[in-house]
This record gives sequence, structure tokens and C-alpha cells, in this order.
Amino acid sequence: MKEKLNAIKEQAIAQIEAVSAQSAQALEKLNDIRVNYLGKKGELTALLKGMKDVAPEERPKVGQMVNDVRTEIEQVLEKATEKMKRAALAGRLSGEKIDVTLPAKMNVIGHRHPNTIALEEVERIFVGMGYEVVEGPEIEKDYYNFEALNIPADHPAKDEQDTFYITGDILLRTQTSGTQVHELEKGRLPIRMLAPGRVFRSDEVDATHSPCFHQIEGLVVDKGITFADLKGTLAEFARELFGEETKVKFRPHHFPFTEPSAEMDVTCFKCGGSGCRFCKGSGWIEILGCGMVHPHVLEMSGVDPEEYTGFAFGVGLERIALLKYEIDDMRLMYENDIRFLKQF
Amino acid sequence: MNTALSWIKAYVPGLECTAQEYCDRMTLSGTKVEGYTALDKNLEKIVVGEIKKIEKHPDADKLIVCQVDVGSQTLQIVTGAPNVKEGDKVPVVLDGGKVAGGHDGGPLPENGIRIKAGKLRGVESAGMMCSIEELGSSRDMYPDAPEEGIYILPDTAVPGEDAVALLGMRDTVFEYEITSNRVDCYSVLGIAREAAATFDKPFVPPVVEVKENGGNVADYVSVEVQDTDLCSRYCARVCTNIRIAPSPEWMQRRLAASGIRPINNLVDITNYVMEEYGQPMHAFDLDTVAGHKIVVRRAKDGDEFQTLDGQMRKLDKDILMICDAEKEIGIAGIMGGENSKITDNVKTVLFEAAVFNGPNIRKSAKRLGLRTDASGKFEKGLDPANAKAAIDRACQLIQELGCGDVVEGTVDVGKPLAPLRVLPFEPKKYNELLGTQVSEEQMLAIFEKLDIRIIRTGDGIQLEIPSFRQDLLGRADLAEEVARFYGYDKIPVSLPKSSSTTGKLSFKLRVEQKARDIAEYCGFSQGMSYSFESPKVFDKLMLSPEDKAREAIEISNPLGEDFSIMRTLPLNGMLVSLSNNYNRRNKDVRLYELENVYIPKALPLTELPDERMQFTLGFYGDGDFYTLKGVVEEFFDSIGMKEKRSYVPQSGRTFLHPGRQADILYRGQLLGYLGEVHPLVCENYSIGTRVYVAVIDMPEVLPFATFDRKYEGIAKYPAVTRDISMIVSKDVLAGDIETVIATRGGKLLESCSLFDVYEGSQIKEGCRSMAYSVSFRAMDKTLEEADVAGAMKKIVNGLEQLGAQIRDK
Repeated sequence: MKEKLNAIKEQAIAQIEAVSAQSAQALEKLNDIRVNYLGKKGELTALLKGMKDVAPEERPKVGQMVNDVRTEIEQVLEKATEKMKRAALAGRLSGEKIDVTLPAKMNVIGHRHPNTIALEEVERIFVGMGYEVVEGPEIEKDYYNFEALNIPADHPAKDEQDTFYITGDILLRTQTSGTQVHELEKGRLPIRMLAPGRVFRSDEVDATHSPCFHQIEGLVVDKGITFADLKGTLAEFARELFGEETKVKFRPHHFPFTEPSAEMDVTCFKCGGSGCRFCKGSGWIEILGCGMVHPHVLEMSGVDPEEYTGFAFGVGLERIALLKYEIDDMRLMYENDIRFLKQF
Repeated sequence: MNTALSWIKAYVPGLECTAQEYCDRMTLSGTKVEGYTALDKNLEKIVVGEIKKIEKHPDADKLIVCQVDVGSQTLQIVTGAPNVKEGDKVPVVLDGGKVAGGHDGGPLPENGIRIKAGKLRGVESAGMMCSIEELGSSRDMYPDAPEEGIYILPDTAVPGEDAVALLGMRDTVFEYEITSNRVDCYSVLGIAREAAATFDKPFVPPVVEVKENGGNVADYVSVEVQDTDLCSRYCARVCTNIRIAPSPEWMQRRLAASGIRPINNLVDITNYVMEEYGQPMHAFDLDTVAGHKIVVRRAKDGDEFQTLDGQMRKLDKDILMICDAEKEIGIAGIMGGENSKITDNVKTVLFEAAVFNGPNIRKSAKRLGLRTDASGKFEKGLDPANAKAAIDRACQLIQELGCGDVVEGTVDVGKPLAPLRVLPFEPKKYNELLGTQVSEEQMLAIFEKLDIRIIRTGDGIQLEIPSFRQDLLGRADLAEEVARFYGYDKIPVSLPKSSSTTGKLSFKLRVEQKARDIAEYCGFSQGMSYSFESPKVFDKLMLSPEDKAREAIEISNPLGEDFSIMRTLPLNGMLVSLSNNYNRRNKDVRLYELENVYIPKALPLTELPDERMQFTLGFYGDGDFYTLKGVVEEFFDSIGMKEKRSYVPQSGRTFLHPGRQADILYRGQLLGYLGEVHPLVCENYSIGTRVYVAVIDMPEVLPFATFDRKYEGIAKYPAVTRDISMIVSKDVLAGDIETVIATRGGKLLESCSLFDVYEGSQIKEGCRSMAYSVSFRAMDKTLEEADVAGAMKKIVNGLEQLGAQIRDK
């Protein structure tokens, strides 16, 4: 019996090894071997069936021996199968080698206009500081564009040469500053507002001018707002927009609706302030106008300047986009050539 | 405004700084310096030379050989200049020196021109004698320079001394950008006052004392101002025994540096005082003033007048004129008349220093197309107190420069000067506004430097504002003065400490952001186009004459017809952009825009129009109608519009293909349209391929949009899917079939999708074969055949009612 078992074992193992040595398609043959030896009609099963001829006291022992052999064959079979599967996989993988330097299959994804990219950047910064983004009308009443901003009837800024008029009283807004007035009139204080939008001025089209362009207006009104707050806020903005190293400089200036007023320069982001062609050698680039809201402007819109103060600023969106992306001709912004748009 | 630094220094004696330092500090204190030019730029090793001897060049007819004494030695210099003679003193650039430009007066090279000793036609030449152009200037600024040839220096020049200094070129000209509120700084004295305050040096304005030579001005002239609304003050003085001659060198140099061409002593004095005091002046030949009477009054419509430049000008009733007893002799504040202009034979001069209404001058100058130095100053609104000071200064200069004698007295007509404004001193408020802690003493010191008088009374301190500071009206203005001279750079940096607010985008902006995202995911890039366009676009788009879209808002003063109306449709911008791309041979271009159209409520406008945001998509190249429909559908899905959108076939939009256009509806509401652009419209835009556009009217979409989402669970039980295949007339739309399925599918209906459409030879003429896959699902059990049989039967019945012939029923 023992010999018989051993003979079966060795025969089985020899067959397995022989099959393993063959090609990878031999997996089926291994299965045949499993069936031949371990299956219901297999040799080992047949041997177990012959147990009735074994003496009863020998039976556990023989049973044990049969099981041992079965386990051993199973293990060898398992190993061989595993090895063969791996070999088969390796064979498939090596046949599937590709040229990874062939061109990519691109998804066609559109591009945002550089103005919008710059705007969203600015919005992100100010929304993070608690500003609400709002809009005002592009076709506007004279009152909101001028008068309520302390620009009286005879002010040169109102000259027809700058402003497109529709009627004597209705015009295309020349600045987003009118949204300040709309917000103030709502009477909901405190205000932290950012108002981007399209504005119009009667400038002929050239590399640096467009009769249609965009501004972003900012307004903060609350108790105890100071010029120092204005400086701090805009310095933070400049660092966020142009980089941590950016320094700012405030120069006195004049706007009818702010007092004191200033223009803000930032260190040239091309040369870092040492002076280059980009900044015309000065190391600084003018970026925006700002100031403390004129008390008369607050008053006209029903806010008590004795109780509240505020600051306002206005940024030219195209100016930011042209500078940041080094676009040298403003006309490109309105031609919509896909080769231009794709670069952003 | 351009001014030589030497002129400023004349009134700020202690001022010492480099040009860059001056530029930076003035800019930081509020007098913005735009740039500066050193007059001696690229002028090196240029000395006075005296021509001792002139000989002919042996080999060239047009050249001469000069022996020139340059102080330390005598040099041989060859020149072709026709104007020199022995004994002339001339500027000589020595070997290795530099001049600023060529003798032709063309643009100056950035680094000048280096001069070296050499030979001219075989004769040694050790340097070069200079023309005014080579010194970087022109005959306009040095009227005594010859038209061609070497600049001849005054006889008093000493050989070997610095010729550049002698010519007044050791100076720097600064260009200022003066803000409109600082009328006082459109003058040398105004800027000097700022410079003194900035550098903390004393300000020493000229002391004006007029030595009068008797007589009485009233015997010479009378003045009547009829239109006092346009002329608040008119000062007149008279000078006799006028002797016209060139003005002194220093005056010529200062005027030239300011960009004003020196003419003669009389003209130069009026210009000089205008620059110095910021008060334009005019000089009339009194002998041409009929009746020796000045009348200031409005012109009449249709009047014509010849200005002193010889031009005829058309006048109107809003233009203020200076007249004599009989006729008009000058346009007030803008330009004098040909009939009263100063000639070299003038004997008696009438000086005018007046204050005219700024806005009126600005508008008049604009209507006349005649903007002069004088009108540029008047239009800013001048200090009425300044006129008398300026006219006195002019008379002082007449007398001091030996130009004539001054008649005693001034005719001064006008309203009495307003009392000076007095404001309270509020140091705490200034500091509160600025966020600073500037001491009271510092503030008062700043005010004093600015000629603001400090009045101390028992109640406290008050500030008397000088008349030339018409911009200082209240607390904020005074705080700015403190800030400017304390230093904007020294003001601390903080963030608003007060109450917090929520940062956010409005709902409208969020929906627009979503539209951009979806368009871009689908391959569309964002374009931008002008809000105004030509009225011709309506014909280009083939709109019918009655089309409502033709009712556009017109700009009353447009930049030409092409930019004259506010767009009512977004299509022209889109088609122009696509056309730009098409004609630049860009392939497969997909663009979108998110911009307003402007719909008037009534024309002409009586109230603000409706500004409607339009989400416009357009493309040519790869794709078709359904590509665009897909983008539109993605957008509606992305903003939470869960119900089915219907696409209703249309043919009414003339700019679209009559068989390929649809209205987009949601819950019965029109949201926009899409379609293929009509081939003739494409032709009008020079696009030689099919173009598809979609326009979504965002205000109609907003009420349906939402960013609220609710988890609806994931189905646990499998769906049961049934296919329906049919042959149906082409007149039956897919949308009709889907409506039948949707309305008859019952509660268990999950979805239906078209998976095959076929038309061709095997199918009956006028019909097509369509196959839908209909899917049913229950949330609480696995469906059995019996559960869907009823619904399927209803669907099939419905389809048969549409005329469909169901296959394999």
C-alpha cells in the first residue's frame, strides 16, 4: 500500500514537472493531472475506495498516508500552477510594451480669458478677507458716475471727450466707482465690497487703449477705518497677487471722491525693484488708485462721516492682466484669437 | 508742466540734492515728477574757444582751418561752418569729449557722439566747434543761434572756461504731473513752495515792488466787465515808452527750459509771469484799443474773429470776448486778436491779468479747437487774489529790464475777494483718519510750511487757509496735508479691526462661474468683445426690418459709426471672433462669451435699460448641432435644473439655418436658442464653413438654477430594460417619442435612451427606424416581468397613436 502510494505520488509529481517544463498554455494539462489523481474518479480516490480491504486497525494510518500524499500533490500542483500563471502573465506583459513617447491623446479643454483669470485671482484674495463681490449697471445715471462721487457738473473729468453719453443724464459708466454709491445707499453697514465690471471711455483703440475695459472697485466702510488699514489691506493684496517679496509704495494723488488719496506702486515683478526695461528703470510699477472715502461722498449717500470712515480703491483689470502675463498689446484681449487664448 | 531746477532753487535757496533725490522726494510729498532731463547730458569737455586765425583748407573749397585759443593752448580745428570769423568766441569740444547730437538737429542719440582728434581731407583737426543742435538744443530755444553754423558766444566769454555753464545748460528740467486740485502748483512759485516744505528749507518768493513813473492809469484806460459771471476780476496796468529788445539770457533760459520759445522782452515777460505765478497775462498795444476802453462781454452767435495767429474763428454767444469801444480785440483767456497784437513798433502796452470762469474757458477752447497755454491754466480755475500780484510782477520786470516805464495805479474791476476760509484745528481727528500718532506740534509745523496761518485764540487753534489753496475745504483735506509731509511711507500698516463680514460671490456670479467651467470642460475658450457695435450688423445678421433687436440704444458721441450702438444681440461679437480665427486659418475653434446685451425699455432712453447677461457659445470645425446641444445640456445639469429641457424646432430666426434651429424651454419658459448659422450670414462674416451658435439668456435661467443637492440613494435593485424598435414618419420628432415614453412610463420608469436611428433603402420612404432602450427600476424590490408589462403596453399604444409601427411586438 505504501509503495503503491509512493508510486502514485512520484508519478504525479513527475507528470506535473514534465507539464510545467512545457509552454505556458499547459495550465489546462495541470488541471487534467489534478482530475486524474485527486478528482472523484482519480487514482487516490480509487485507492481510498479500496480501504475496505485494509485491516480496520490499519485504516487510520493508511488514511493518514493517503491524505499526506494528497496534500503533497496538491501543494506541488499549486506551486506549479502559480509559477505557470506568473510565467504566462510575464509573457503577456512583455508583449504589451508600448512607446510611451508617442503623442498624448489630449482632452480638448477650453481656456479662460486672461482678464477673467486675473479677476478671479483678485476676487479670491478679497473674498478671503471678507469682501462681497457685487455688480453695478454698465449704463448708468450721471448722478452715480459723477455727482455722487464729488464730481460736479463742470468738472473736467465729465468732459464729453472722455465720456460716452446716451442722453444728457444717461451715460456709459467711465468707472466702477459708482457701485460705491449704490452700496452706500443700501445703508447696510459695515461694507466690504468688491465690484468688478466693464467701463467705457472715449479712447481710440491702440496697443495701450481700448474704449471698453474693466475695473475692480473696492470699498470698506465701518467705524474706525484708517489710512493705515488701507495701506495694510492693499499691501496684503499685492503680496498675494504678485508674490510674497512684493513691496508697495503709496504716493499722494488726487481723486475727487477720496481724501487723502494715493496711488500705489508695487516693486517690479520682473526685476524685483532693481530697475529694468519693464519698469522703465524705476523698479516700481503703478498699479492702482485709492484713498479714504471723501466725507462728502459718505454724506451724500446718507452715511454719517462723523461716525463712519472708509477706504476705496480702483484697479484696472486689463492693467493687471497685461502686466502679470506680459501681454504687450491690449488689442489682443478683444480679438479672441484662439492661439492667444490657449496660452492662459 | 516743465521747469528748470535752477528756477525752483532761485526761490528755495538752501535746496541741495541730486536730481533723483528731488524726483523721489517731491513725488512722495505729492508733486509727482514724471521724469527729468539733464540739459548737459552727453556734453563733455566743451570749453570756450576764441578763433585767432582762419585759413583756407588746401584741398577743400568748403572747409576752413582755424587756430582756436582754448585757454591752455591753441588748437587747429577744421570746420565747414560758413558763419565763423576771426575773433569769434565759440563752444569747442576737445579731443575725447562728447556732444549731444548731430548738426542736422535730428533725434539725439542715447549716448551722444564722441569727438576725437583726426584729419579732415589731410589736415589735422584737434576738436570741433559746435552748433546749437550739436549741443542738444535748437534755434527755438536759442533764437540768437545762426540758421546754419557754429553758435557764437557773447564777447565776454573767456577762452578755456566751461561753455556748457555759460550757455545755462548745467541745469536739469523736471516734468511734473500736477493733479487737478492743485491749481497753485501749475506755477513755479507753487512748486517751489512744495519743494521748500518737502526739503524743509525756507521759501523765498520774489519781492514785488513796482517803481512807478507817475501818471495815472485811469487817464489811459477804463474797464467795463459786462458779463461778470464769466469774469470775476479784471486787472489792467499800462506801461509806456516800450523798448522792444531781446530779454536777458537768464529769462530766455528759464522760458526755454519750460518749453516756451523766447521772442522779445515784452512777450517773454508775460510768459515768464504766467509760468512763475500761474496767471496768464495778455499784452495789448494800447494805441490799437479804440476809445482806450476795455469791455468784457459775450460774443454773438455767428460772429467771426481773427486771432493773432492769423486764423479766422467762428464765435458763439457762450464765448467771452475782450473788446474795445468799437470792436472785439481778443478771445478772453484763449488768444488775442490780430487787430491788437504787439508789433515791434509798440509804444504803450496795456497789460491784462484777469480771472475767467474755468469751465467756460475749457468749453470755449474746445469748441474753437484752440487750446493755448493760457486757456490750459484758466480752465483749472484760478485764484482771484493772484491776478494783482502777477500784473505787478510783470510791471516790475518791465521796469527792471529797461523794457519801459510803468504808469501809476491799477484798474481793478471785479467782485471783492472772498474772506479767507478758516477751519478748526482737529489733531485727534486727523490721527484717527490716518491711523497715526502725529504730534500737534508736528502738524502745526507742516501747516506753517504751507503758508496756512495758525490763529491761536482762547478757544483753541484755528487755521486760516491761503487763497491759493482752494482745495483745502475740510478735515480730510487737512489730514492729507499732514499725511503728505509726515510721509505716506511712515503711516503704519494695519488691517481693519472692526466687525467681520462674509466674503462671497453673488448667486448670479456663481452661476456665471459655472457656465464658464462647463464651457471650458467642453473645449470652449472665453472671448470678450466690445459692448458697442455698428448698426450695420443687423443687416449682416439678415434681421428683418421689423425685428425688435434693431431697437438699439445709440451713443450720442460715439467713436465713429462702427461703435455707435449698444448691442442687443451677442451674435455679432461671436461671429467676428470666429471670423478672425477662421481667416487666420485656426482649426476647430470653440468660443464662448458671457457678456451683456442692452435692451431699452423705451427709445429714446428715459430710464436705465435692461442689461441682460448672455451666455453665448459658438464654434466651427469638429462637431455639429448636437455637440452644442450637449454643452447646453451639461450646463443646465450643472446648475441643478433636473427636469427635461425641451428643444422646440423653429425657423423664425433669420440669422440661423431655417431647418436647424431650436428654442430651448424649461417648464415652458424660453431660455434661449441654438442652431446652425445661416450660410449667407456666414458669408457676410467671411466664414466658409458651418458655424453653430447657442445663446442662453441668463436672467431667465437664474430662477431655475440651484446649487442645493440632495443624496437620492443608489439603487439596490437591478433595473429591467426593454427595447422598443419602431418605424415612424420623419415628421415625428424624437422629442415627441420621448414625451410619450416619459408620460406613459409610470412611476417605475427610470430612463429611456435612443440607441439607433436608421433611414435608408430598407425603410419606407419618409420614415425612419428608431430604437429606444427603456429602463424601469423600483427602489424597494427586484422588478418582475409583470411589473413593467402594463407600462410597456401603454407606451406602445401611445407610440402607435403617433403613427409608429412597432417591430417585434
